[in-house]
Amino acid sequence: MEKESVIEIRNLNKSFGSNHVLTNFEMDLLKGENLAVLGKSGSGKSVLIKCIIGLYFPEQGSIKLFDRDISEFDHYEWDRVRQRIGFLFQSNALYDSMTIRENLEFPLRRHELKHLTDKETENLIIDTLSNVGLEHTIDMMPSELSGGMRKRIALARALILKPEIILYDEPTTGLDPITSREISHLILEVQKKYNTSSIIISHDMSCINIASNRIIMLIEGRCYAQGDYDHLKNMEDEKVKEFFL
Amino acid sequence: MKNWLNIKNFLDEIGGISNFIARFFQEGFKPRYEFAELIRQCYWVGYKSLPLVGITAFIMGLVLTIQSRPTLVKFGAESMLPMMVSVSLVREISPVITALICAGKVGSGMGAELGSMRVTEQIDAMEVSGTNPFKYLIVTRIIATTLMLPILSNLSNAISLYGGYLGVNIRGNISWHLYWTQVFNAISYSDLLPSVIKTFFFGFAIGVVGCYKGYFSSKGTEGVGRSANSAVVIASLLVFIIDLIAVQIVDLLGLT
Ligand SMILES: Nc1ncnc2c1ncn2[C@@H]1O[C@H](COP(=O)(O)OP(=O)(O)OP(=O)(O)O)[C@@H](O)[C@H]1O
Ligand SMILES: [Mg+2]
Repeated sequence: MEKESVIEIRNLNKSFGSNHVLTNFEMDLLKGENLAVLGKSGSGKSVLIKCIIGLYFPEQGSIKLFDRDISEFDHYEWDRVRQRIGFLFQSNALYDSMTIRENLEFPLRRHELKHLTDKETENLIIDTLSNVGLEHTIDMMPSELSGGMRKRIALARALILKPEIILYDEPTTGLDPITSREISHLILEVQKKYNTSSIIISHDMSCINIASNRIIMLIEGRCYAQGDYDHLKNMEDEKVKEFFL
Repeated sequence: MKNWLNIKNFLDEIGGISNFIARFFQEGFKPRYEFAELIRQCYWVGYKSLPLVGITAFIMGLVLTIQSRPTLVKFGAESMLPMMVSVSLVREISPVITALICAGKVGSGMGAELGSMRVTEQIDAMEVSGTNPFKYLIVTRIIATTLMLPILSNLSNAISLYGGYLGVNIRGNISWHLYWTQVFNAISYSDLLPSVIKTFFFGFAIGVVGCYKGYFSSKGTEGVGRSANSAVVIASLLVFIIDLIAVQIVDLLGLT
């Protein structure tokens, strides 16, 4: 049986002025899979997932989230859909002026959720932090943490609403190989534990190998090739080979 | 060609700021209201600027008094000193100095803070966390500066007049009671009211420019610095332009 897809992108076009970033891009994210999107710097990977979450508006084409076209969403529906999607930003995007606790509280407080008591909120925060192994940082400021720790806090913040889809924008860039392997395993663990579907943007082949089930190559604004790790590794195409050198 | 580009940039900027103001009025008065954040911003803008505003006001009052004395003595009008000083302080000097200090401190702070939030995607992160960043960050800041500037300016009036009292007493001798009687005789509501009203506009301008520059900061840390810098320059310039317009209006209305 064909698996149902939670994100469906057809014929997506996005440009900034004369810079055509995405042209006729097509992609499906199936339920329960970890899909890696691979592409060179500046190829439009971040633009792609920002289109999915509604931070950029595509000029042409359709994006369906949970079987609904995003162009039909109003403000409230966006709020509701975004509660089901976790987003890890490339630059972490931790709020500098808030402690780690407030950072994690922010999505909880801001989405109009069924009301959590203070105790429940606190427990949820500690729980999520212990998932990434950083309970002790709860009262620190982001500026007091190392780059890798910040990445993990950002990951915790993306996970706190127990989303069904998670979009990871370069989860391991700038980290040492050991930490980045830890993060890759964490991503895999999250997939198993909460049965999430994810898009993982990365150039880190070892992370992609560990954490993803399927890979899409984003080259020249299109979905150039796709398949699992071994399939792509053995392809003869020059542009694909570059990534596996 | 170069000149033409400059003019185009200038007009673009004005268009951008006008849009920004329109958006403020569109979004600012619809729910949901961010009261907690507004209070926090008022605290930052108002309370945190108070020491700086206070010290400057005190010095301005003192210095102005000391420097005005010789001229008045020449005309044998030394007893007019409290009157003259109080009118110039309340009508012009203390609102404008307060606004300039806030343009420097608050305007650049906002430009830098929002700019770095933009560059590090914190503004995007707010948006995906069920928050309208324009309301949460911009509307609260603009309202905070608009409300706090008049309060700061009035405190600055009081403090600078106290500085004036000390200034008069350095060479002369005037009782506390007599000084304030003279001051209040000199100042009427038609002096105070226009000066309070214009500080609302000063505050609004400072908030709008600081937020606009930060919110649309260009990528990179260099962009943040540039935002903060141009926020101060434009806000200070606007303070003087508003002051110029205000004096014309007051003049036309015959409130002199
Ligand atoms: N807000 C924007 N305004 C104008 N151009 C943009 C904007 N955002 C992205 N671009 C352009 O879109 C292209 C793709 O950018 P994007 O950030 O998606 O790259 P990326 O694949 O994520 O690269 P990296 O791996 O370096 O993060 C770049 O050429 C960039 O200049
Ligand atoms: Mg990117």
